[in-house]
Amino acid sequence: MIFKKFNIENKKARDLIPQAITVLALLSVIIYFATNAQINMGNRGISFGFGFLNQEASFDITFSMIEYDGSHSYGRAFLVGLLNTILVSVIGIFFATIIGVVVGVSRLSDNYLIAKVAEWYVEIFRNIPLILQIFFWYFAALRALPLPENGISFYDISFLTIKGWYVPKFIWTNFNIFLLSVIAAFIAIYFINSYATKQREQFGKQLPTTTISLATLTLLPLITFLFLGVSLTFEYPVLKQLSPTVFTYAGGVSIIPELIALALALSMYTATFIAENVRAGILGVGKGQKEAAASIGLNKNQILKLVVMPQALRIIIPPTTNQYLNLTKNSSLAAAIAYPDIVLVFAGTALMQTGRAIEIISITMLTYLTLSISISIFMNWYNKKMAIKEK
Amino acid sequence: MLARNTTWTLSRDADIGLTFVGVNFYDGQGFMVRKNSGINSVNDFKNGISACTNTGTTTELNMRDFFNSKNISYEPIAFEKADEVVQAYDAGRCDTYTTDKSGLAAQRTKMSNPDEHKVLPETISKEPLGPVVRQGDAVWEDIVRWSLNTMIEAEEYGVNSSNASSLKDSENPAIKRLVGSEGELGAAFGLDNEWSLRIIEQVGNYGESYKKHIADTGILPNRGPNQLWTKGGILYVPPAR
Repeated sequence: MIFKKFNIENKKARDLIPQAITVLALLSVIIYFATNAQINMGNRGISFGFGFLNQEASFDITFSMIEYDGSHSYGRAFLVGLLNTILVSVIGIFFATIIGVVVGVSRLSDNYLIAKVAEWYVEIFRNIPLILQIFFWYFAALRALPLPENGISFYDISFLTIKGWYVPKFIWTNFNIFLLSVIAAFIAIYFINSYATKQREQFGKQLPTTTISLATLTLLPLITFLFLGVSLTFEYPVLKQLSPTVFTYAGGVSIIPELIALALALSMYTATFIAENVRAGILGVGKGQKEAAASIGLNKNQILKLVVMPQALRIIIPPTTNQYLNLTKNSSLAAAIAYPDIVLVFAGTALMQTGRAIEIISITMLTYLTLSISISIFMNWYNKKMAIKEK
Repeated sequence: MLARNTTWTLSRDADIGLTFVGVNFYDGQGFMVRKNSGINSVNDFKNGISACTNTGTTTELNMRDFFNSKNISYEPIAFEKADEVVQAYDAGRCDTYTTDKSGLAAQRTKMSNPDEHKVLPETISKEPLGPVVRQGDAVWEDIVRWSLNTMIEAEEYGVNSSNASSLKDSENPAIKRLVGSEGELGAAFGLDNEWSLRIIEQVGNYGESYKKHIADTGILPNRGPNQLWTKGGILYVPPAR
């Protein structure tokens, strides 16, 4: 009798019981695997612990955004790999979005040729496995690049060769002042835009925000150059001969072909999915909206920018978030072409040198999980912001 | 059991629950360059050279030690698979390809033009390659260790796959032990007495195996240190008795 009263009248308690059982079951599975691993590793003489992260790594990494060489620790090598993963993911996301939006909009173009080219692009690059595309860009396409002595030069300051894209190195004095001025410029632009929006909503006055923003962005940093002692010189890459037939470039910054190939492959591949999302979003906006916008005299570009896209974005953003996460995780294929991302450096070399498989794979999985969740959180915030508020 | 070109190192032996049970190939790390590069020795390497190799190998670590000792700045490009290293080196992405010399010799056959490449004379490290077993199984360790030793000792006494069974009545007690007609050596591992005979008959002695897989395929016709100690090499195994 008491139980009946408990179950029917207290829904929360009723829901609590299966949840508690599930949590207990999950915990027991995890504990079982953990103790099982512990016992078996003990039997085989394999130790467990994270102390190896402080050991000397003893291997060099060809491309690193921070100071690193073999005398640093495995922990630092992990950091190098992580930064490289983030770098290629950011570059990939940036270009994939641009290409994706352009291709997506192009597919809906009235121009037959543009629409067809976009369609073919999507069909080809969507259906070939990513690993093959990566191999193609690295081995087939990049292999076509010339050796350093015959490098493709851009005005003799930048050279594209099979060993990398050599660009001038920026040598700053007082870089922090310049950075502060850029940040200050962005803050100023934000305030200018909110002021301009208030003006428009209250008085109907449209300030030329684009011009003002651009002016701020150029003027503030310029002031630092002229009056605050910021200066910039360049170190140019110079052809160097290592032997009668072997050349390379010294000086400047070298963007390794592994990074170029991976970023290209990831962008081209993910852009197809983003293009389809964009197309779906635009098609999902009611036809009446376009007709109404046309009837008040907006031209095609204005219709797209002011009426269609804001509504389409609600449909486009969630699946595109998915694609950003996919791109980040797909960057782990870097190991196939020697790009030193976290999988190659940490879950590859460090794992093979130390043998700590369980620790390293757990750390790597947690890292990808954190990266993915961060991207999701940001995109969800952006989506909420974009959502059309019912007035 | 892992029988591959795995180098016997301290950290592998002690740290990850494995045991190395012998050396079946004494190798060393070397460098391969194009013949027309004008590089004739490792002393010709200059700052900025790019070197391709496999990830997670002793090669990667030795490469760093070597270039550091010569104060040369280099670009390490490490791939997961040997095929990818070959392709990148062949395309000209890297100036030199480094791995164990036996590996270099084998991979050269996969290049688009094997004659364009040469292996530099210097050997920059010791790479003793041998079979590996899991730590903790003493009997299995012994079986694998003595299987390897049997092959080498068989060559020492001139026992090979064709004459093994006919040597059962040999005058030499060492040969008789190898072919199982004397002694109860197999019982020590829980095997019957013909265990070593079967190895010699089915796989051959060390020399036959080397000839079939390494010399006749043109990879390394010269045995180098991988020759019996009685003939100038360093293959010296404990006696099977």
